[in-house]
Order: sequence, then structure tokens, then C-alpha cells
Amino acid sequence: MTEARDIDILHYCRSQTVRQLMLMVRSPSEVVNPLLFFLLVIVLFPLGLGPDPEQLSVLAPGILWVVALLSNLMICMRLFVDDLEDGSLEQLAMARVPLSVAVLPQLLASWLASGLLLSVVSPLFGLMLGLPLNVAPVLIASLLMGTAIMLLLGAVGAALTVGVQRGGILLALLILPLYVPILIAGTRALNEALQGGDPSIALALLGAGVTGSLVLAPLAIAEGLRVSLEL
Amino acid sequence: MTTALLEARDLSIHKGLRQLLKDVTLCVEPGDLWQLAGGNGIGKTSLLRSFARLASIEVYGDLSRCDDVLYVGHSAALKGAMTPRQNLKYHPSGLCTPTDTEIDEALAAVGLAGYENALTARLSAGQKRRVALARLFLPSGRLWLLDEPFTALDVAGVAVLEQRFTAHAQAGGAVVFTSHQSADLGDLRSVLDLEQFRGD
Repeated sequence: MTEARDIDILHYCRSQTVRQLMLMVRSPSEVVNPLLFFLLVIVLFPLGLGPDPEQLSVLAPGILWVVALLSNLMICMRLFVDDLEDGSLEQLAMARVPLSVAVLPQLLASWLASGLLLSVVSPLFGLMLGLPLNVAPVLIASLLMGTAIMLLLGAVGAALTVGVQRGGILLALLILPLYVPILIAGTRALNEALQGGDPSIALALLGAGVTGSLVLAPLAIAEGLRVSLEL
Repeated sequence: MTTALLEARDLSIHKGLRQLLKDVTLCVEPGDLWQLAGGNGIGKTSLLRSFARLASIEVYGDLSRCDDVLYVGHSAALKGAMTPRQNLKYHPSGLCTPTDTEIDEALAAVGLAGYENALTARLSAGQKRRVALARLFLPSGRLWLLDEPFTALDVAGVAVLEQRFTAHAQAGGAVVFTSHQSADLGDLRSVLDLEQFRGD
């Protein structure tokens, strides 16, 4: 009875993903708020800039990406806050799975609820800004990858600042510089697609970003969380 | 010669510029029940967290322990939006993968039969504490590190927990817990008074 069973990493990750998704379903505002923010800003831009589709479609890539970036920042600010308060983070650190692996389910669940959802509905938002439907594949692909990188990098900042009271601005200062290359690559891909150029270079850069951050960010997140747990 | 589950030698714990505890030496062997005692702020929780390796930056000295550790801290790590059953099943420590019957038995053991599917947010403080402690009734670690396990529990709850401690120790496990109360654990219990290790 006292002997703990061996844990299987895959089984552990699956059970934690279920836990995270369950929590998201139970408090849908965390999922809906960033999306709603995205929608509101996209709706406001044509009102502010004028309804000329020509002009809007020129600005659309930048607008879409900046808003995606900001809504991602909103998600990152909430990322580990509740878990630190209620002790879930301590227990995560006590799991006999490396902490860098143990945080992946939560990141996956967050990305499914934010990045994936946002990317899938983004062509609709694009249409509102006069973006032609034929750039939709590039828009979806670039946002899928871009949101994944932003979440992973943002989580590093979130892990470091979660113990700080009202660390939101600190978090923004820490990670916004890291978001700049993603923003440039993402808008570049869209602009190339809009002007009939080749978006593959920018997309490849984003792809490299995803692989790189997927390998390195969890290590940094784990260390950051350990530091935050000391406080 | 049994191997120690936890061995701390000359452990000193600092908080900023202040030294909380110095030269703490403790060897926990299978069958031991250690109570860390001492006044408020002496560093009971800090010591327990250093045993759990949750704090290591301001901890100096040698510490070796087994990997099979169950830690229950001040915060219960429960999600109000989930039921007690789900909280135990998908517990982030992932120490064990309990079956549904094991979970129901554990909840019954802490007197929460009938509350398996209630929302944890609706339970009282004592009941939440019981959900957290139900982990002790699941197949769990050999070494238990428990921070104030008796807080918010009623007399019956304390008795159940004491019995569980004794059973765990007799089965070859060990418990290190912090408490102000003198628990009724017979001669198995040893008390480590932290006053003697107070730092400068």
C-alpha cells in the first residue's frame, strides 16, 4: 500500500492535460476573454481608420499580429498565478517527472484554447479587415506557429514574475522584446502573401522558432518556477 | 541496517540576511514519525520545504533523501471548480495513478463519503483539508512531509490521521510533520524541537 507505483510520463502528461482542459471548461472566461478582446479591437479598427477596404487590407497584417500579440500577453499574465496561490505549483514541482516536462500539459492546454482557436477563426477576422480569403492559409499557418512561440516565451517570463505582486508590467517589459522578431516574421509572411510574393522564408523562420522554443523554453520555465517557489 | 529515507546533516536555512536555523541534523528511517516543533516563525515550514527540495537556494548543508516523497503543504492544491474525486484523480503531483474505487475508499476513509461529486469550492475548510489528506490513503510515497496536517480538523479527523500515521510507519514508511499539537502517536513519535537549532 505504501509503495508508490511507477509513473509513466505519457500517462502523467495525459492526465494533466485532461485536468487543465477540465479547468478551462469550468471557467470559460479565461478562454473567451482573450478572444473577445481580439474581436473587439478588430471591430474597432475599421471604425477608426475608415471603411476603405484597400487601405484596411494594407494595414491588416500589422493589426492582426499586434492584437494577437497583446491577447497572448493577457494569457501569459494569468498563466501560473492561480496555481502558485493554491499550491498546485508546489505539487507540480514534487512530481517525479522533470518540471520542464510537467509544465508542458498546461502550456498545451493554454495553446489549444488560445493560439489554436485564434488561428482557426483568424480568416474571419481577416475578412473584417478586408484581407482576401486566398491569404487565409498563410494567415492560419503563421498564427499557429507565432502563438506557440509567444506562449512558450511568455511562459518563461510568467514563470519568473509569478511570485511578484502585480508583475504584469514587469512581464510585458521582459517578454515584449522577445516578441518583436515573431511580429516581424509574422507580418512579413502575410505581406508577402498579400503582394503575391513567397511567404515561405518567413514561415520557415517561424517554424524554426517553434522548434527552438519548444526545446529550450521548458527548461527556462522550470528554472523560473523553481525560483518563484522559493519566495 | 536500514537505509535512511531522509538524511540531513548540518543544514542551515537563511531568509535574506537572517539565519533561521543552523546545523539541523536529522536522520529519518523507515518506521519513524518525526514532529517538528517550535514557536511561530522559527522555520518549521522552511525546513520542511527544504526537505521537499522546494527551497534550495538559501539552504546550506547536506541533504539526501529518497525520491518517493509525498508533500502536503499549507495550500491544499485543490481546484474549487473540480470535484474531490477529480482533484485526486488528476492531482498535479502525479505520485500515483489511483483507480476510481481507490479514490472513493480514500475519500470514505477521511469521512467524505457522499461528497465525491460535490464541487470542492462548496466544501468547508475542514472538508477541503480532508480532501487534501485523502492522498495519504491512496497508494502514495514512502516519506510523507506534511505541513500542519492537523489544522482545521475536528477531533475525529485528528484521530483518523494519527491511526494512518501509525499504520504507515508500521508498513515501513516515515512521516515528518509540523504541528503545535502533541499528537497521540505513542512511542513511535519523536519530537525535534527546533529551538535548539535557532540561528544567530
